[in-house]
Amino acid sequence: MNAPLIITNVSRRTFLQGASAVSGLVLAVGYASALHATEAPKYGADAMPHGWSDNPLVFVAIGEDGIVSIVCHRSEMGQGVRTGMPMIVADELEADWARVRVVQAPGDEARYGNQDTDGSRSTRHFFMPMRRCGAAARQMLEAAAAARWQVPMGEVRAVNSEIVHSRTGRRLGYGALATVAARMPLPAAIAIRLKEPSQFRYIGTDKLRLVDAPDITVGKAQYGIDTRLPDMVYAVVARPQVFGGRLKSFDDSATLKVPGVLHVARIDPIPGPADFNPLGGVAVIARNSWAAMQGRKALRISWNDGSNASYDSPAYRAMLESAARKPGKVVRNDGNFSVAAAAAAKRINAEYYLPHLAHASMEPPVATARITEGKCEVWGCFQSPQGVRDLIAKRLGISSANVTVHVTLLGGGFGRKSMGDFGVEAALLSRALGGRPVKVLWTREDDLHHDYFHTVSVEHLEAGVDATGHPVAWLHRTVAPSIDSTFIKNATREASYELGMGVINVPFAVPNIRIENPEATAHTRIGWFRSVSNIPHAFAVQSFVAELAAAAGRDPKDFLLELIGPARVVTPQMLSDTFNDGESPERYPVDTGRLRGVVELAAKAAGWGRPQPKGHGLGIAAHYSFVSYVAAVVEVAVDAKGELNIPRVDIAIDCGATIYPDRVRAQMEGACVMGVSAALSGAITFKAGRVQQNNFHHYEVVRMPMAPREIRVHIIPGDYAKPLGGVGEPGVPPILPALCNAIFAATGKRIRQLPVGDQLKI
Amino acid sequence: MRGQKELTVTKLNINGKSYELDLPAETPLLWALRDEIGLTGTKFGCGMALCGACTVHVDGQPVRACVTPISAVVNKRVVTIEAIGADKVGKAVQAAWTDLGVPQCGYCQAGQIMSATALLQQKPMPTDADIDSAMAGNICRCGTYGRIRAAIKQAAGEKGAAP
Repeated sequence: MNAPLIITNVSRRTFLQGASAVSGLVLAVGYASALHATEAPKYGADAMPHGWSDNPLVFVAIGEDGIVSIVCHRSEMGQGVRTGMPMIVADELEADWARVRVVQAPGDEARYGNQDTDGSRSTRHFFMPMRRCGAAARQMLEAAAAARWQVPMGEVRAVNSEIVHSRTGRRLGYGALATVAARMPLPAAIAIRLKEPSQFRYIGTDKLRLVDAPDITVGKAQYGIDTRLPDMVYAVVARPQVFGGRLKSFDDSATLKVPGVLHVARIDPIPGPADFNPLGGVAVIARNSWAAMQGRKALRISWNDGSNASYDSPAYRAMLESAARKPGKVVRNDGNFSVAAAAAAKRINAEYYLPHLAHASMEPPVATARITEGKCEVWGCFQSPQGVRDLIAKRLGISSANVTVHVTLLGGGFGRKSMGDFGVEAALLSRALGGRPVKVLWTREDDLHHDYFHTVSVEHLEAGVDATGHPVAWLHRTVAPSIDSTFIKNATREASYELGMGVINVPFAVPNIRIENPEATAHTRIGWFRSVSNIPHAFAVQSFVAELAAAAGRDPKDFLLELIGPARVVTPQMLSDTFNDGESPERYPVDTGRLRGVVELAAKAAGWGRPQPKGHGLGIAAHYSFVSYVAAVVEVAVDAKGELNIPRVDIAIDCGATIYPDRVRAQMEGACVMGVSAALSGAITFKAGRVQQNNFHHYEVVRMPMAPREIRVHIIPGDYAKPLGGVGEPGVPPILPALCNAIFAATGKRIRQLPVGDQLKI
Repeated sequence: MRGQKELTVTKLNINGKSYELDLPAETPLLWALRDEIGLTGTKFGCGMALCGACTVHVDGQPVRACVTPISAVVNKRVVTIEAIGADKVGKAVQAAWTDLGVPQCGYCQAGQIMSATALLQQKPMPTDADIDSAMAGNICRCGTYGRIRAAIKQAAGEKGAAP
């Protein structure tokens, strides 16, 4: 017997590098991606950079001790992907979960397929590749056992990390077969035998505990901020407070006297759009984080603020409102809004305002880098490790092959950590120190001042309604600085991926619909925030629907269902939607029956129509995003002083089949809380180009007493043969309008600008 | 190295072990723990005692390490997330956290567990209002509050939780 291979308790770097020395399934490399779709245009995972891989030789290693190591190539930021993704492989592989270890992949999309962990895509894009990966590995083990026993393949089957010979009952563990299995040919795509869903061992169940929970609860889990390397130093950076600002001069004489401060170094900005480039500034490097912060306080810096120093939130709001009250670029035009509105029995208008939001993940951006003999190694909480790798390579002028990006756990991400600017800062500072390991920490103030902010928007809606109050004409003008402005000079209009987030693709049964998008110029970095443009669009649309219902004297739930109309399939083309979340219009059309389904389920579960005590009210909203359908009923209680609390939320999701239902529930619970935070207190404002919020006392997020006391999650069962929807983001958008609709039901006050703040205070 | 003159040696007792640190006396305990001693389980979130991610116990009381100078904990017993499992209440809390799948990203959970453990050490059967008041200082951006509440109640119901 060979000694069991020790593959636990080694760093993932050693393991992956050492993989070529492991006699297991990991031996071979270079699987031909013959399964990739070749037809154009590409959708889904095929359309993502580097697509996908289902190669078991990339994702699975089996030691002779029977330990199955499964690579997770997506970033864990709380969605449960480090459990959910390996669970899919393990299930098809018939691996005993007790003997599975999860290994985090470094950034290497050529090897693993796309690693950009955002857009609620991980499970939706990798469910099938990971199933095939596990099934192929299982078949290789079966083939190895059949060869060993010299019996037909049809007589062997995998059961819980063993191959069993059904005729004789002989058994061989995966560990004993790994070496031989690795030499078996990879099954051809057509020969891969997937399990029937009835055979799933883990998929669709809550049998498994989160792989990282034990380490998290004892303080051993490793986040970006926890990286420690020999001889490592700590840095914080003074960045321009106004976006586009440039360093004029600085005096570091006081800084260099601060105990523990070692160096001061400049980071040069790159002209042009923000992109993922560091903002530039002055870095203070010290023996610990605290000394670095003290040193930064002692810097005397003079900046050229540049043209964005005029960015002022109230003035900007007025500008957005002015733009929203004039015609803008027509991006969807069904029927004739003007004619129908003019002939309508009644006209109803409303305008909504939503401010910038900051991600404020509990772990701020943080990265560590070192450079050795021309090779750069980086550790950090990255949602897009390949992106960081390429950015660093470009900035250092070396090949991506000489940059290794290790992905730690992310202490929250919410889209902020898709931008790799902080990783580049670490690499540049390490270079400035001759390659010495340096950790760049963003303080909370840095995080709030220099985020890639969720956009700010004015949403202007007009409807012409018939005698029953049903809209026959619908106009929505959405005006907001675009994420495109972060990458493209002078981009002033919402991109297709923003318009396709709940403004253009509203599947309402209204004959005359016009959607317009006036221009807006960005004065700060605009980025992806969990749920992105669905937040303002859903808030406006679903608030307006409730306003129309109130004007018609109708029940808001019945009115919403009537507006959605009968169950039918609406193609993205019918909605002038070229985005469709990157998914195929054929596989992922809008199914209004499913949207109705979540509305009806949430309403029923919430006891819609139940008598409410004084000061209580129920509000409902529904939204289709990330190719999933979500509806929420929020109950609020508002007391005589205008103090609000949220006794209960019922949230229903139809995301197709679920892999790990408990994490779907967890994501819905979290979405409710994040939605409530955004609605009640979320606002980043600018004055003289500078963010006015410094820390959690200015940028308030929901704490336990204000969180919904009870969140009930209702999941519509799905079919594993049908395409999956997203889960991480679609829960948030309906929460804000459902909450404000509930406030209206409780108090009669209609909230048209967020956050609610003290608007209810008497 | 510059600026070393003003450093003084501070003796600390962390998780039952003694440490001597040559740091300015006003250095927050958080950074001494994380950067100097290497106990990284205690997390940074705000630096202003606003979020609770850095909660540790000092002589059994929950304290925000980010605003607690090392000079203030001399001759006191500091316990961090790495050692709270040695306490039967702490262990019950950790078990309930795993059992109910409380963590999402998990970053704030060390602080949550330290606050929850302190609560249960002082009030073995807390009411919802007790839980609100003990936990209001701990932010979870992922929104795990409902499960935190449930886990505190589960841990309170555990036999071992009563002091």
